[in-house]
Amino acid sequence: MKKEFENIELKTEEIVINMGPQHPSTHGVLRLVVTLNGEVVVNVKPYIGYLHRCFEKHAEAMTYPQVIPYVDRLDYLNAMNNELAYVLAVEKLLGLEIPERVEYIRVIMCELQRIASHLVAVGTYGNDIGAMTPFLYCFIDREMILDLFEMTCGARLLYNYIWIGGLSHDIPKEFQPKVKKFIKYFRPRIKMLNDLLSYNKIFIERTANVGVLPADVAINAGASGPTLRGSGVKWDLRKNDPYSIYHKFDFDIPVGKGEVGTIGDCWDRYMVRIREMEESLKIIEQAIDNIPEGDVQSAIPKKIKPPVGEVYFRSEVPKGELGFYIVSDGTPNPYRVKARSPSFVHVSLMNQISQGAMIADLIAILGSFDIVLGEIDR
Amino acid sequence: MDNYITQFLGENVISYFIVPIPILIFVALFALYAVWAERKISAWIQDRVGPNRVGKFGLLQTIIDTIKLIQKEFITPDRADKILFNTAPFIVFTAAFMGYAVIPFSSIFIGIDLNLGLFYFFAITSLGVIGLMIAGWSSNNKYSLYGAMRSVSQIVSYEIPTALSALTVVMLAGSLQMQTIIEKQAGGIHNWYIFGGPGGPVKIILIPFMVISFVILFLSTLAETNRNPFDIVEADSEIVAGVHLEYSGMKFAMFFFAEYAEMFAVSAIISTLFFGGWQSPFGDLIPFLNSPIMQFFWAIAKGLFFVFVQIWIRWTLPRLRVDQLMTICWKYMIPFAFLCLFVVGLYVVLV
Repeated sequence: MKKEFENIELKTEEIVINMGPQHPSTHGVLRLVVTLNGEVVVNVKPYIGYLHRCFEKHAEAMTYPQVIPYVDRLDYLNAMNNELAYVLAVEKLLGLEIPERVEYIRVIMCELQRIASHLVAVGTYGNDIGAMTPFLYCFIDREMILDLFEMTCGARLLYNYIWIGGLSHDIPKEFQPKVKKFIKYFRPRIKMLNDLLSYNKIFIERTANVGVLPADVAINAGASGPTLRGSGVKWDLRKNDPYSIYHKFDFDIPVGKGEVGTIGDCWDRYMVRIREMEESLKIIEQAIDNIPEGDVQSAIPKKIKPPVGEVYFRSEVPKGELGFYIVSDGTPNPYRVKARSPSFVHVSLMNQISQGAMIADLIAILGSFDIVLGEIDR
Repeated sequence: MDNYITQFLGENVISYFIVPIPILIFVALFALYAVWAERKISAWIQDRVGPNRVGKFGLLQTIIDTIKLIQKEFITPDRADKILFNTAPFIVFTAAFMGYAVIPFSSIFIGIDLNLGLFYFFAITSLGVIGLMIAGWSSNNKYSLYGAMRSVSQIVSYEIPTALSALTVVMLAGSLQMQTIIEKQAGGIHNWYIFGGPGGPVKIILIPFMVISFVILFLSTLAETNRNPFDIVEADSEIVAGVHLEYSGMKFAMFFFAEYAEMFAVSAIISTLFFGGWQSPFGDLIPFLNSPIMQFFWAIAKGLFFVFVQIWIRWTLPRLRVDQLMTICWKYMIPFAFLCLFVVGLYVVLV
C-alpha cells in the first residue's frame, strides 16, 4: 500500500468557479469567473452583457422625449435621477429656461429616489453579509417612497415623470404633508438600521478592512459616487459642479473616515450611503416648504428639435456619476446618445481589490459597490 | 428501567422496535412545526405576515409543502456518484435521529439510558458531518464541494468547545448518564447546573464559570447545527446552498428534517446539562408540576425555548466568515472552556 503512493507528488490546484449569471448575490445577471485557491480569491474576471438592450442604438431611432422611458430602465432602481440627467442634457442642448417650481419638484423627487436607491443598496448588502432582516426593513421604508411616487405619477418603478422642459404631472395636494410625515418617520428608522446592522460587531468584522480601495486607485479608475467618497475623496457633483438648483441647499458630503477599519473599506462605502440618506432628508426638508407656485408644463416646447451640436452633461446619481453625451444633427432624433454609467467603472475594479480576499469577502466587495446590471450593460 | 414501555414489555427485541416509534413521531412532528415556526417567527421579526393561507395561521403549510416535496422527481446529476449521492441524506438524517436515543423526555421515558449517554450523543451527532461530506463530494458540483469542505472544518473544530464545556457539568455530576445528571439537579431552579448545581453557599463562585460554559456550549451547538451566524456551510449568498445544491424533492427535505431534528436535540442536551432537563423549576413545592407527565412538558418546553432562541438569532445576526469562525473557536471558545474546566475541576477536588 505504502509503496504505491511513494512516488506520487501531492499537488494542489486552483479551482475555477463560475459565479453567476444566476447567483443570489451578483445583483442581477453579472457573471464572475473566480479563480480560487481554497477559499482565497486569486483572480476575478467579470463578464457582462447578459442584460444588454441596445439602449444607445435604440435612442437613435427615437425622438428626444421618447428616449426618456428607456433612460428609466438603465438603472431601474433609480429612474428619477436618470431622467433628470438625460433631461438636463437635452435642455442644455436646447437652451431652455425651466420654471422654478419644476426645479424644486425635480430635486425633491430625485432626493427621494436617492434614499430609495440607497435603501435597496444597504438592505441587499445586509442580505449579502447574511442578515436577512434589515433587508426587509429597508424595503418597508422604500415602499413608502414608492407610494409617494405612485401618488404623483401613477408609476412605482419606471416613471417617465421628468419631461424635457417640465414634468408629466403636478404634485397632488397631499404630497407635501405626506413627505413631511415620511421625513419624521424615517429619521428614527436610520438610527434603528444603524443599531441593527451598521454597528453590529459581526457586520463590522465582515466589512471593515475588507476590499480596501485606496483613493488614488479610485480616482485613476474613474470611480465616483459613494465608492469614491468611501475612499475619503470629497467629490459630489451636486456641490462640485452644481446643476439644477442644488446650489440653493445646505447639505454635507459624507466621506469615509475609516472609523472601524481602513479608509476605503467596504464598511466606509456602506456608511457613506447611510449618511447620504440623512443629507438627502435635509435637502428635502429645505425644499418641501419652498415650492413656488406655477405651472409645471408651461415650458415644455411644442417641437423638440435641438440645433446641430453636441452636449455632455453629468449628474450625481446614487451610484455615482452618470453622464449623457448627446449629438444632435438638427433632426427630431438624436444622432448619438452615449451614457457613461458609474457601475460599469466600479465592476471593473473588482479584480484589483479582491485579490487575496475570501469568497465571502468577494460578495461583500461586490455588494459594497452597489452595482446595477441594467446600467452596466445598457 | 429506561422507560415505561420497556418496563411493560420487558427487555426484548419487540420493545427495541417499539420504543423509537414515539420518538420518531415526535421528531417528525417537531421538524414539520419547527419549519412553520421558523417561518412565522421570522415573519414576526421582519414585520411580515408569514404563511397564513393553508389552515388556521398557516398551520398546515409545512404538511402541504412536504406532500409537494414527496411528489417531486429525484434528480440525480449526470456526473454524480449515484450511490453516494443517494445515500448521503439518509446518513445525515439517521445521525441526527440517533442522537434522540439518549434524550431524556421524562423520568419514565428515555430511549435508552446509556451510562455513556452524553459521550454517545456527541459521537453520534457528529457522524452527520460524514453525510454532509459525502453529499458535497458526490454532487460533483464545486459549490457543494465548498460547502462540504466548510462543514467538515467547522464541525470538527466546534466538537472541541462543545465537549469541553459539557465536561464541566459531567465533572460536577460525576456521570455521563443523562438521567443521573438530571436527577442530581432535583429540588428546584437553584439546583440547576447553570447556578452551580446542588451544594452549599460556596457554589456561588461556580456560577460565572457555569454561565460561560453554557454560552460556549450554546454557541458551539449553533455551529454544529449550521445555524446563523455560523451557517457558512449553506451560506446562500456565497456558495448558494452548499451541500444541498443538487438535491431535489424528499432528499432535499431530508437535510432540512435532519437540521431541525438536530436543533431540538442539541437544545434538549443544553437543557439537560444546565437547566435541569425534565425537572420542574419549582422543585417539590408543587408536587403535581414534577409528576412524570408534567416532566414531558418541562423537557419539551425547555428544548423549544432554546430552539426559539436559535431561530431568533438566525434572523437577527449577519453571518461570519470562515476564518473568523475558526478564530472564535480556537482563540476564544477553547481557552475559555479550558478555564471553566479548570475552575470547576478545582472546585470538585477541593469542595
